Amino acid sequence: MQIKSRIHNKVLYVLLCGELDEHSASYTRITLDDIFDKPDFEKIVVDLSELSFMDSTGIGVLIGRYKRMKEKDIPIFIANPSSHAEKIFLMTGLYELMPKIV
Amino acid sequence: MKYSNFMEVTFKALSVNEGFARVCVASFCVQLNPSVDEITDIKTAVSEAVTNCVVHAYPTSVKGDVTLRCELEGDLITITISDKGVGIKDIEKAREPFFSTKPSAERSGMGFTVMESFMDDVQVVSNSFGTSVKMTKKINAEQSSVAGF
Repeated sequence: MQIKSRIHNKVLYVLLCGELDEHSASYTRITLDDIFDKPDFEKIVVDLSELSFMDSTGIGVLIGRYKRMKEKDIPIFIANPSSHAEKIFLMTGLYELMPKIV
Repeated sequence: MKYSNFMEVTFKALSVNEGFARVCVASFCVQLNPSVDEITDIKTAVSEAVTNCVVHAYPTSVKGDVTLRCELEGDLITITISDKGVGIKDIEKAREPFFSTKPSAERSGMGFTVMESFMDDVQVVSNSFGTSVKMTKKINAEQSSVAGF
């Protein structure tokens, strides 16, 4: 897992590259929390265009980050999920917490 | 006579082996000419089952074995993932969506739901000597029904 981030117009863009499973979950949690602790943004966009695999462990990781940012009143949006990630998101209702943006 | 083949591998219940298990099954199933979607379904289901072994089967630091068996019979794939761990106390409960024995560890509790959604059938047998998850999926099912076969 590789995680890239940039801030543009008060929006934090995070790009997840690689596979999100139990093995990469811990690194992903720690790295995202570190990036999300930066103070200079008002919303977060998690870009999944480079995510080659995700199972339900990824849902746990994303919901954990959602809960954390909800306390700070910062919304998180999902961009460019694969059709497979989308299936899991629809199954789990993740989009009700983190809406998909085009 | 139907085409048949099988493979079996055993590995330690470590998270680093999840990717290995996914690739292993995907590579083996390629001989049935599945679609990309079907392969991704299978990889995801295998990942969920192996994750359960890694996270739940061996609660102490001593990690035991996970055995992955994949059988092909005609266009039917049967995957069995088994461990020799502590077992699942309440299988029905474990299969409920969003149920997790470790919610504080940010577990979604959707592992079995994902397996059931992506495979045609999922059977779980568990006792205090271990757990076995047997999943089946018919390959090219959609294409066959469209073609009327």
